[in-house]
Parts: sequence; structure tokens; C-alpha cells
Amino acid sequence: MGIVEGKNILVTGVLTDASIAFHIARIAQEEGANVILSSYGRVHRLTERIAGRLPKPAPVIQLDVTNDEDLAALPERVKEHLPYLDGVVHSIGFAPESALGGNFLNTEWNDVAIALQVSAFSFKSLTMAAKPLFRMNEGASIVGLDFDATVAWPKYDWMGVAKAALESTSRYLARDLGSENIRVNLVAAGPIRTMAAKSIPGFSDFETVWNDRAPLHWDVTDPVPAAQAVVALLSPWFPKTTAEIIHVDGGLHGMGA
Amino acid sequence: MSLSPDAVLAGLKEIVEEVAGIPAASIELGKNFTDDLDVDSLSMVEVVVAAEERFGVKIPDDKVTELATVGDAVNFIVNAAK
Repeated sequence: MGIVEGKNILVTGVLTDASIAFHIARIAQEEGANVILSSYGRVHRLTERIAGRLPKPAPVIQLDVTNDEDLAALPERVKEHLPYLDGVVHSIGFAPESALGGNFLNTEWNDVAIALQVSAFSFKSLTMAAKPLFRMNEGASIVGLDFDATVAWPKYDWMGVAKAALESTSRYLARDLGSENIRVNLVAAGPIRTMAAKSIPGFSDFETVWNDRAPLHWDVTDPVPAAQAVVALLSPWFPKTTAEIIHVDGGLHGMGA
Repeated sequence: MSLSPDAVLAGLKEIVEEVAGIPAASIELGKNFTDDLDVDSLSMVEVVVAAEERFGVKIPDDKVTELATVGDAVNFIVNAAK
């Protein structure tokens, strides 16, 4: 029996088969879960194509996490495929070009606001939109993808600030939803060469840092360790873990130099 | 499985037309995806995914950036399918 046998899980953010979210969906299916994907706008068709590469069919529903109508329609759209949810994966982040790449001191608020809304506030929006789908007494597990925001990184700029906001949002969600047995956690992954990473100028700087400092060998082309951690947090094996950030970074976060 | 360049070009034309809305007639071997055909990075990913499925090949991410023209893509796919 798989560790998420029979669980119903919504996975956002599947873009290509290099996406961490793709491997979360794949591993969750292999571990017995029923998976539903969400996508939006132009990306929707790409997500549908990539869904075809999963071990089992997974429906793709429309969800732009910045669109109130989409958020309100989420329960209805999920119920076309699954009667309830046990878990939700937030794998969503975006910052306009001016907010990344070393332009930190000159980025305008409008661009910062977009980064914060899409990458951090959406964790709350998605959780609350999905909440009517959780079963009374059964609780649920919400997992988001993070990049360690306790320190400043080269080029990451306002996306780093957005990740700090995501980390804080996660703790407050955990505080306010714990009474309903809803666990909220993040996985802070090391750098992985996904579509999202490609849009970060200077991504190769991260690769160098990780290769030099992480005690465990780090492979930027391998999204599986982060995906495994997410599926573990979705499973019943972390029943009393919430407001937590699990680092899947080869141990780099614990090293001073 | 061996594929002829003509068959790959014909298939790619259909894919690029479907994904990016560019008329197949304007898609030629010498055309650059970005500069001539206005295929942006997201559409390019979709073209690659669709081409992988249609031709049964794997186009690694680090190769995609090397596929500047339609001809580059045709050559890569023909060689990968050998």
C-alpha cells in the first residue's frame, strides 16, 4: 500500500516534466493517490499534454490563483472529478523581470506587488478556495514549494522577499487552520533546473554555491528528492507537523561556510 | 525508427501551426523560431513537448536552446530517431 493510498490531491504548477510538481503528481499516483492538476491561460494546454506523461490519467482544471472567479469555482471544478480533497500542493511563483536579476534597488512597487500576490498571497487564496473540499474531522495537508528565504541570495531579489512572505503566510495559515486538523508546511528545495529556474537570471550562480557548500551531493537536474518530501508531507506520516519548513537542499541551510 | 527530413518538417509545420498559430506555409527550414516566426519561450516548450510525442524522441532542455531554426529542429529529430 502506498503512503498516500486513496488520498485525493490537487497539484498546481505542472508545466513540463522537469517541474517539481510533475514529479509530485507522479509519485503521489504511484503511492496510490488520485491526482487532479490545475493550470491556467496559455499554460493550460501544455499542462494537459504533460499530464499525458503521468502514470495514470489526471484531469486538468482551470485555476488562476489571482482570479477571484476561478478561486470561487474551484470546489465545483474539483467535484466534477473528485468528491473531496485530502491535500493541496502549491507550486506557484512568479516575479516580473524587473524584480529579479540584480535590479533590487530599482524595482517598482507594482512589480513587487505582482511577485507577492502570485508567489505568497496565493498560498492563502488557494488554501481557502480548497477548504470547502476538505472533510470534517479528516483534516488535510497543504504543502507549498519554497526557496530558503532566511538569507539574501544573488539575483533572487524580490522573489526572495516573496518567499519570505510565503514562509510567514504558511505559519499563519498553520496557526489559523490547526484547529480543523489542517496541516500547512513548506518544502525548501535546493536549486532545480525547471522552467521557473530558467527565468531566473544568474541561476548558474546558485548551482555553483550548492556544489561548493552542500554536504550531500546536489544534482540540479533531479527534482525527485523535493517531490518525495512533498508527498511524504501529504501522507499520514507527519500527523503532528505543521508550520514547518522541510529543507531538501543537500543540507546547505545548516552550513556556515 | 528512422524518420525522413521531409516527414519531420511536415509534422513540425503542423505542430508549430497548432501551437503558435503560424500558417504552415510560412514555416521553412531556414526560419528562426524566435526572430522569424515569433515563437516565444512558452510556445517553444509546447512545440518541443508535442514534437517529442509525435516523433518518439527526447529533446533535452539544454539542446532546446541550440535549436534556433526549423532546420536545426528537423536535423536534431531525424538524428535522435535513428
